[in-house]
Amino acid sequence: MTQLLTDYLPIIIFLGVALFIAAALMIAPFVIAVSNPDPEKVSAYECGFEAFDDARMRFDARFYLVAILFIIFDLEMAFLFPWAAAFREIGLFGFWSMMIFLGVLTVGFIYEWKKGALEWD
Amino acid sequence: MTLVAVFFYLFAILCVVAGAGVILARNPVHAVLSLILAFFNAAGLFVLLGAEFLAMLLVIVYVGAVAVLFLFVVMMLDVDFAELKAGFIKNAPFGLLVAGVVLAELIVLFAFRDLSLGAAGVGAVSSPVPDVNSGISNVDALGRLIYTKYAFFFQVSGLILLVAMIGAIVLTLRHKTGVKRQSISEQVSRNPKDAVEVVKVPSGGAVIPSVEGQ
Amino acid sequence: METLFAISVMVIKMAVVIGVLLALPLPLTWMERKIAAHIQQRLGPMRVGWHGLLQPLADALKLMVKEDHIPEKADRLLFTMAPIIALVPPFVVFVAIPFGDTVTIFGTPVTLYLTDMNVALLFILGVAGIEVVGLILAGWASNSKYALLGSLRTCAQLISYEIPMGFAVIGVIMLAGSMSLVDIVNAQSGWWNIVYQPVGFFVFFVAALAEAQRIPFDLPEAEGDLGAGFHTEYSGMRFAFFMISEYIIMVLMSVLMVILFFGGWHASLIPLPGSLIFLLKVCFLIWVFMWFRFTFPRYRYDQLMSIGWKVLLPLSLANILISGMFFA
Repeated sequence: MTQLLTDYLPIIIFLGVALFIAAALMIAPFVIAVSNPDPEKVSAYECGFEAFDDARMRFDARFYLVAILFIIFDLEMAFLFPWAAAFREIGLFGFWSMMIFLGVLTVGFIYEWKKGALEWD
Repeated sequence: MTLVAVFFYLFAILCVVAGAGVILARNPVHAVLSLILAFFNAAGLFVLLGAEFLAMLLVIVYVGAVAVLFLFVVMMLDVDFAELKAGFIKNAPFGLLVAGVVLAELIVLFAFRDLSLGAAGVGAVSSPVPDVNSGISNVDALGRLIYTKYAFFFQVSGLILLVAMIGAIVLTLRHKTGVKRQSISEQVSRNPKDAVEVVKVPSGGAVIPSVEGQ
Repeated sequence: METLFAISVMVIKMAVVIGVLLALPLPLTWMERKIAAHIQQRLGPMRVGWHGLLQPLADALKLMVKEDHIPEKADRLLFTMAPIIALVPPFVVFVAIPFGDTVTIFGTPVTLYLTDMNVALLFILGVAGIEVVGLILAGWASNSKYALLGSLRTCAQLISYEIPMGFAVIGVIMLAGSMSLVDIVNAQSGWWNIVYQPVGFFVFFVAALAEAQRIPFDLPEAEGDLGAGFHTEYSGMRFAFFMISEYIIMVLMSVLMVILFFGGWHASLIPLPGSLIFLLKVCFLIWVFMWFRFTFPRYRYDQLMSIGWKVLLPLSLANILISGMFFA
């Protein structure tokens, strides 16, 4: 358990300190900064125009596709990390096992490319 | 030991509170933020169990990727939330049914865990996680098992990822028409002779475009 | 007695790291402006202090007392939280960074890192990735079109380049057989990793430029076409948070490159203390980041995406394949 504490306790403490400092710096301007709101000042910036309508609207599905592909490749990455760490112990079988896995995903990647999912338009 | 217990209760309570926040928050973006908090606390619980690799995966995959996708969807889909609230009443019976099934499964698991898992038991399931002080990190331990002993399951997961990739493309990819793209090689290989016409202009005269050029 | 000593050492180390991190953006802004000026044959800040050395302090003071308004249509809670979420993760990551070898002070060995986790590299990649959440929230909470568009672009850019970055470090992990940064550095006491992993380094470096949102990949800020991107509506201290976060990420990327590819505190030929060598290498890489900013033009967004997905990703996959064949 001591190993656990020496490894992870600093993270918790560091996180606490970082949050404290961030909160303090965020509160400081309330005390020292001027505050003089004005309807023109607090309206959304649109190059001098009145804002036409709400900014939150539907977006290109392309962004979702990027996010989904990111999740898939992230999972692939998750499999690569322990493989690389244990690379010397698992021998040729482990190596080819990963190569087949990557081969399958490369097929998917080529499909993606040919379908034009990587074109940004 | 006591410090570990304190952290366990801290993470566990925050996890439950954040989980409640996910379903109680009125604003869906706040709900996703609660979900992120819940993921973090679950990661903390994994660390306390000595499964630091799983904890980091939870942060990378769930907070870094899944929560980001959720944020994209929740923010940009322009969903009418009043309508969703109305749907809540309609779907409540089904939701309760699912919750009941999961609860029953958990009860069965905890009440009969020795029976249901047989000789393999809980001990065998948790054995791949080595003792924290044994010197072998659980990344190493997992690495030694996944790609050799469980190679078949590993390949199946690869196929599932492939299906997910193809499915995502089939479902969401729509090509716009009339998109103009840049082709650098085409630009570079363009010949000045085809593109530019030099016309001699007599002083005081007008330039009349040649017929071929039009 | 011994535990008391250990705890006090830890507290001192933590105070030093936090203090340095907080103060770091000040000299870095000065450095950046001076480098910009000299590249463009100007002098840069000269008025406040000797050669403008006190300029960053003046800037910090200005940001502190500047009006900090919240747009009326914004989500006030998220608008205030977003800068904190953007700043804290890059800050916390430094807890896992080793700054030097074990040194002996008053006869007691003291390690120059706060913690040496065996999953340190994953921790860094994971926690640094959380910054994205803060940036999306900033854009959405502002309820302004420029901010929202900017945050979407930023987010798509950061997640697209996280993948090649993750793939690029696989070769380094293979060489060290561990994800602990101390092990990775100690595995480079002979040749540095850049000798074995030049392609890995190239991919990591380009991805690092994109992750730090530096030119040629500074589209999140693209002043010309997006106002200022996700922080269009931010002012005063909250704006400063995003700036600090950006500088800390730049430092983080330089530190990571030194640890992963340039042998950390090892330098076989130069007889200097390890931590000093480490610091010099980090400074050099930060200078490279700044030098690039004033040398290269900005990529277009479609070029950015195709560099990430069509060049770096296949390159890093091929790198894994070849390194695997080589070491197997």
